Amino acid sequence: MTAYLDIILVALILSDFILLGSGRLGNCIRIAAWQGIMVGLLPIATADAGFSFRIAALGIAVVVLKGFVFPRLLNRAIRESASSREVKPFVGYTTSLLAGVLALSASFWLDGRLSFPLHLESAIVVPVSLSMMFTGLFLVVARRTAVNQVIGYLVLENGIYALSLAIVRDVPFLVELGVLMDMFVAVFVMGIAIYRINMEFDHMDSNRLAKLRG
Amino acid sequence: MTITLLFISLCTFLAGGLVPAFLRGNSRFSRVFGPVANVAGCAVGLLGVVLSMLYGPAESGSIHWGAPSGSMAVGIDPLSALFALPVLVISALCALHGCGYMKPYAAKGKDMSRFWAFYNFLTGGMLLVTVARNALLFLLGWEVMALASFFLVLFDAGREPVRRAAWIYLVATHLGTACILLLFSMLGSGGSLDFTGLSLPDRSWAGAAFVLALVGFGTKAGFVPFHVWLPEAHPSAPSNVSAVMSGVMIKTGIYGLLRFILFMGPPPAWWGWTLLGVGLLSGVAGVLMALSQHELKRMLAYSSVENIGIIGMGLGLGLLGISYGIPAMAFLGFAGAFLHVLNHSVFKSLLFLAAGAIQNATGTRELDQLGGLLKRMPVTGAAFLAGSVAICGLPPLNGFVGELTAYLAAFTGIQNGAGTQGALPGIIAIGGLALMGGLALACFTKAFGIAFLGEPRSPGAGSARESHFSMRFPLVALSLLCLLMGLGGWLLVGLVEPVVGMLTTGFGFPVATGVHASHAESTLRYASIGSVSVIAAVLLLLFVRSRLLARRSVTTAPTWGCGYGSPEPSMQYTASSFADPLTGLFGPALGTGRNLASPGGLFPDRAGFSSDTPDACTDRFYIPLFTGMERLFKRLRVIQHGRINLYVLSIVVALAALLAWKLG
Amino acid sequence: MPGLILFLSGLLLAPLLLGVTVRTKAAFAGRRGAPLFQQYHDLVKLLRRGQVMSGTTTFLFRVAPSLALVVTVSAAALVAPSIVSPGWGFPGDFVFLLCLLGLARFFTVSSALDTGSSFEGMGASREVLYSALSEPALLIGFGVLVRVSGEMSLGGMYGGLGSGEWLSAGTALCLVAVSFFIVLLAENSRIPFDDPNTHLELTMVHEVMVLDNSGPDFALITYGAALKLWVFASLIVNLFLTALGGSSFQYIAWFPAGMLLVGVLVGTVESVMARLSLLKTPHLLAGAGAISVLAFILSTRFLQ
Repeated sequence: MTAYLDIILVALILSDFILLGSGRLGNCIRIAAWQGIMVGLLPIATADAGFSFRIAALGIAVVVLKGFVFPRLLNRAIRESASSREVKPFVGYTTSLLAGVLALSASFWLDGRLSFPLHLESAIVVPVSLSMMFTGLFLVVARRTAVNQVIGYLVLENGIYALSLAIVRDVPFLVELGVLMDMFVAVFVMGIAIYRINMEFDHMDSNRLAKLRG
Repeated sequence: MTITLLFISLCTFLAGGLVPAFLRGNSRFSRVFGPVANVAGCAVGLLGVVLSMLYGPAESGSIHWGAPSGSMAVGIDPLSALFALPVLVISALCALHGCGYMKPYAAKGKDMSRFWAFYNFLTGGMLLVTVARNALLFLLGWEVMALASFFLVLFDAGREPVRRAAWIYLVATHLGTACILLLFSMLGSGGSLDFTGLSLPDRSWAGAAFVLALVGFGTKAGFVPFHVWLPEAHPSAPSNVSAVMSGVMIKTGIYGLLRFILFMGPPPAWWGWTLLGVGLLSGVAGVLMALSQHELKRMLAYSSVENIGIIGMGLGLGLLGISYGIPAMAFLGFAGAFLHVLNHSVFKSLLFLAAGAIQNATGTRELDQLGGLLKRMPVTGAAFLAGSVAICGLPPLNGFVGELTAYLAAFTGIQNGAGTQGALPGIIAIGGLALMGGLALACFTKAFGIAFLGEPRSPGAGSARESHFSMRFPLVALSLLCLLMGLGGWLLVGLVEPVVGMLTTGFGFPVATGVHASHAESTLRYASIGSVSVIAAVLLLLFVRSRLLARRSVTTAPTWGCGYGSPEPSMQYTASSFADPLTGLFGPALGTGRNLASPGGLFPDRAGFSSDTPDACTDRFYIPLFTGMERLFKRLRVIQHGRINLYVLSIVVALAALLAWKLG
Repeated sequence: MPGLILFLSGLLLAPLLLGVTVRTKAAFAGRRGAPLFQQYHDLVKLLRRGQVMSGTTTFLFRVAPSLALVVTVSAAALVAPSIVSPGWGFPGDFVFLLCLLGLARFFTVSSALDTGSSFEGMGASREVLYSALSEPALLIGFGVLVRVSGEMSLGGMYGGLGSGEWLSAGTALCLVAVSFFIVLLAENSRIPFDDPNTHLELTMVHEVMVLDNSGPDFALITYGAALKLWVFASLIVNLFLTALGGSSFQYIAWFPAGMLLVGVLVGTVESVMARLSLLKTPHLLAGAGAISVLAFILSTRFLQ
């Protein structure tokens, strides 16, 4: 099963790269959806011994939420706000990619420094999830539109989820569902917020909210 | 014997400097005597260097000279010989070039005796730096070199930018010298400044000593961020002087760095990492800034920063090889750096001399004013082409030899390094070298293509004529040298092998140089075979092609202009537009300013595009720093009041305070 | 001997690869498309013609096409036998190979600038942009192969890879192949970097650099372009063939299938993708570099 796990992890990194280098919101949402599906498949790939109903249910819930529900909400937010479909980065795409590579190298280095006292399914699961967290944070910081910031949060959460899978073999079911609910609410609120920002200001550029300062 | 020759050579340079200096006004005599003395001195010195390479190192023993801390001692070992060799060869060729190149200045009534005096002092200073065996003597040579080159930069002092450039150079070089002085006071705390007696009393100071050496010698070598004087001083000096400065003088910085870190004991890993990082930064920043310049000599100066970066990366790999215990990487890294030292001195001086020929023929160095020169100056053009191919590191010319060896070092690190130890520096070096190679290609196709190909963009370029024989000869000689050193790359490995052996032994990590050298030699020999067969095949194919076309109609027509009837030279791509995609991509780091005049109105007539890249390091770091310091020191003006009695009072107070401190 | 067969068949069949790509595109568009051997007809036609030279040009313009072709042939001579004879080549030969390709690029770019045409200058400027970004991706990719196989020559590298290496570091090797494929598209001016079919001077890279070439010179250029695609494709195919771990006979048997697949793949990419705007192509190449770095990091991790 390790081979599948590694392939999924590498695909996760690649999706990070695409997110960093992509200029269209629609693309970003689609990639984030794929990433959600892959993360959802992770517990199924890690469960080499006991493939229980619990794990399957959790996987399916994650896949459905992150792969289908969230993207829908985001897409609707874009459609209803009828704003520009561009990412509008603060940091250019090539520089973002470079930052992604640096984040990846840094997380592999960090992983060499931190030694987890437990048996891991794959040699790269910890650094990959660390780099996903860094990338998510970077996306939140370096992108202008609110939708993209939501995507950044999603990537960050995916990273946390993957890391928790790696470290705590049996994810407490309820805790995980709680996190999912949090994300759901977050996306929901963001969606409404995007809609409101757009209604009020005719754009959804979160940077321009700075004008609201007294 | 070797030492005698070196002394004779040094004395010749001294005479070549002093005689014109005392015969000021007799410009005609100096114009003959200066270059003759220089070439003679170089020839004698070269004989000494070759003898030392054949029969081993030589030392003069100590000669008492009255100065404190040790004796006047010169000597030559493989490291000295390696750096003295290009000094002598390139200086002589540039002196020859100067005979023709300086004619327009002489015709304008400039006093040539001053020029030749300082030129001989410069060569003598550089030779003294490489052969000195006493820190004080080394400093003497270092200062003679710095001051002579300062006055040579100032040769055309009538122009304001030249004076500014010369000041920047003077300040930079003395800030470097200050660090070197501190370094010597640390190394010489044992009492003697002879090289045999230099050592660090306390190993814990080695890190500080390394940083001082890196800053002090790195300023002369032109590592980023200490490079700011290069793009100012090199374009301002006469071209043959820029060729010497850029081709060989900056290498004395590398020499000094190596010579003095040898006294600091086995290198910790962070030294290698620092050199690798500084080299990478210099290389990438240097080539990017070179790419965005449109003034030929300024561009060449930045490209020197890039090449120093490549040398620094090679040295960094070598040091890391020692620290991590990877002998092959240590050997190949150092060997790549030294090969590049030799090769760069040849092709960079070639390019600067060609740039000088262009300036004499057209009156400008702005690429956007040139064009079509290959037809008007075929020899200069072919030489510039050779230099450009060489500097891009392409076979069959010599730039390729050092870069291939550096690549081999990096790949060896990946291959052998346990864990991430050798792999990480290796992959960083590979990525950096590859990026630099591609950008250098962009940079020099731009320079060659815009200046020499197409149609002339200005009347000056249109009326250019091929230069005088004395200028063509060094160009041809250096081009041939580029080709020979490229095809015979494996022979050069034998030249640098003893130097690497000396270095690695000096660092306490003896490497079986013979084995690694034979590996590098075999790769380079295969590469030479490949290059020769490519050349032969190209000639064959050209022959077939000409036979094929012999019986066909080969007509000449204007260049295809998409149906536009009256094409003009001003419609050609310019240097700015050629470099725009790349400078745009790296724009945020470069700070390139773009001036775009869009066509407007119903009958648009004038439109234009140009870009201009100031040195980001100067603008964002040094200018704020120095203005801040100026503001700070202005506060001290209060004590500069001009009243002598108060000055005397302050001296008395200071003396009293010192006495109290010493006695109390 | 098997190496010689591979090399000669490469020289012979290179234009066919382009034919496969063209047919794939036609199939996607629902057309029949040009015959598979159209390229050969074009070459023969061009070789029979006279030439028109621009009056602005110098000797560079005459030398560049021949030089580019010779370099590409020598690249093929280095790459083609490497899969069947592990002793072929010398340490660092792939660096030499890239340097040779750089030499060819220097001359083709110069020959484009030689005409003084602003269109050709534009193409030349884009060519150096692509090459500057694709070289790091390629060399870091080779770094991965050196790391995984422990060898420093093309022949040794492919010889040192086997099913064992594929099991332990297969992901890294696949990523290298992806990175090489992106570089292949860029270096050979395919969609999404460049559209060989638009024939609009403002949009092209490779085709626009040779606007002024004609007759036999243009034949050399066209053939050289086909051979270059073949060389890059065989770098990738060779990499995957090592997973088979068979005899050289097996390699030779599977090699054409692999090449066919690459040809179809290029055609498919060209059919389903649009050409990227010029401003975005550097991001794709930077992405290839990022993938190479990722592959390298993974390879150090997998082979600890």
